[in-house]
Amino acid sequence: MKQNLMLTGTAALAIVLAAPSAMGEASVEEYRAMLADKDANPGFLVIDQGEALFKTKRGPKNASLEKCDFGLGPGKLKGAYAQLPRYFKDTKRVQDVESRLLTCMVSLQGFDEAEIKKKTFADQRYNETNTDIEMLAAYVAYQSNGMKITPPLKHPAEKEALKVGEAYFWNRHGPMDFSCATCHAEDGKRVRLQNLVNVYNKKDIQATMSTWPTYRVSHGAMRNMQHRMWDCHWQMRTPDIEFGSPATTALISFLTHQAKGGTYDLPGMKR
Amino acid sequence: MKNHTLILSALLAGAFGTAHAAEDLSGKVEKLVASSFKPGEGQDMSRLTQDETQKICSKTRNNPSAKEADAINTRERATIKYPDGKKLMGDWKNGEKLVKGGFGMRIGAIEPDKADKQKGGNGGNCYACHALDPKEVAAGNIGPSLTGYGALRGASDDIVTYTYDKLYNAQATVACSSMPRMGHNGILTPAQVADITAYLVSPESPLNQK
Repeated sequence: MKQNLMLTGTAALAIVLAAPSAMGEASVEEYRAMLADKDANPGFLVIDQGEALFKTKRGPKNASLEKCDFGLGPGKLKGAYAQLPRYFKDTKRVQDVESRLLTCMVSLQGFDEAEIKKKTFADQRYNETNTDIEMLAAYVAYQSNGMKITPPLKHPAEKEALKVGEAYFWNRHGPMDFSCATCHAEDGKRVRLQNLVNVYNKKDIQATMSTWPTYRVSHGAMRNMQHRMWDCHWQMRTPDIEFGSPATTALISFLTHQAKGGTYDLPGMKR
Repeated sequence: MKNHTLILSALLAGAFGTAHAAEDLSGKVEKLVASSFKPGEGQDMSRLTQDETQKICSKTRNNPSAKEADAINTRERATIKYPDGKKLMGDWKNGEKLVKGGFGMRIGAIEPDKADKQKGGNGGNCYACHALDPKEVAAGNIGPSLTGYGALRGASDDIVTYTYDKLYNAQATVACSSMPRMGHNGILTPAQVADITAYLVSPESPLNQK
């Protein structure tokens, strides 16, 4: 396993470096094929760490997260992520896996929400280990591996999140005049050599949403959708969008509904 | 064509009194934004406030009516500023550095761009979306290829002015263009826009070599 990882890493690096001179998509395709090798996905280590953390009694209330309700009832994890985001009665809002984890870490374990939000992502520049919430989300999501993407659309708040999430997708702001749609509403587009998902192309968006959370080789870390939302906004030169905020959750609702019917293939592995 | 279709649908909607014209969600989006970013160290909340052009392009999903598009063109054209002496052909060699640079203007508390790494100011980040020098293969394709730009068009005053204006404010000619208003939004200075203009137009530029 470890040797596999190292080999993949070295080969991937060689391909990345060779890409400009090789002048073609072929080498990029080869790189992608290597990323698809499940046995070599370091994300499994993060999922295991997440499981241990999930079952450990922690926080001021010295409790585990095993009674956390992700929509199918307390402690019912199997298939729960496949039916997120959804409306939760107790918080009276639509939540995705990460914002729901925040709720449980506060209500069940007694952690301070503001304190958790101070550090939600591992910093790849310093080769940091994934944060607790990144590990936990990876674990919870993995419990829906192989299942269909089926976010509910019954509650008015779920319909509203989808609708406003799509409108926000087209919202242009910041010094670059960008919206999400600038990069993600047409087929076959790239930033430099990075292919961009078209969220209005069913196959395209299903391939994307079914493989998050994903291990990002360039970050050496597991990444979740909340990080992807922050990362895009950072590139758009906006202020930091808040973790688990109404806007990120509405966007994730829109993206997940676009990908409805796809099958989760977790953990993903990407550049 | 697209605009005509829109006008036609608007007329039809009016004539038959259907209430199914796209719902204006801008108020809800504004509320969403207001509840999802927090002021603090390293944040610049003013970047979230949309100007009139951003508002129209958001609301119409980049399909403004002919009237809206005219208003955008007129308003954006009025923003164009030229360097001192109106010398629109700058130094193509500096332009080459600027088109390659992708640094600058990222803010926030998590991973802001550091000013000390930013010698020569912001990059134009042109390769993110455009092919330029034929030797650089890592080019994006959100915008059209600009390889051979000057070789194809020549370097007349009209071409130079058109190119400068396009770089400074793309929406002066194309309303709701995907391209950032590089000069107007303060990403590049007028002198830098002139340098990139020279890089695109000048016969000596690597971009115009076979």
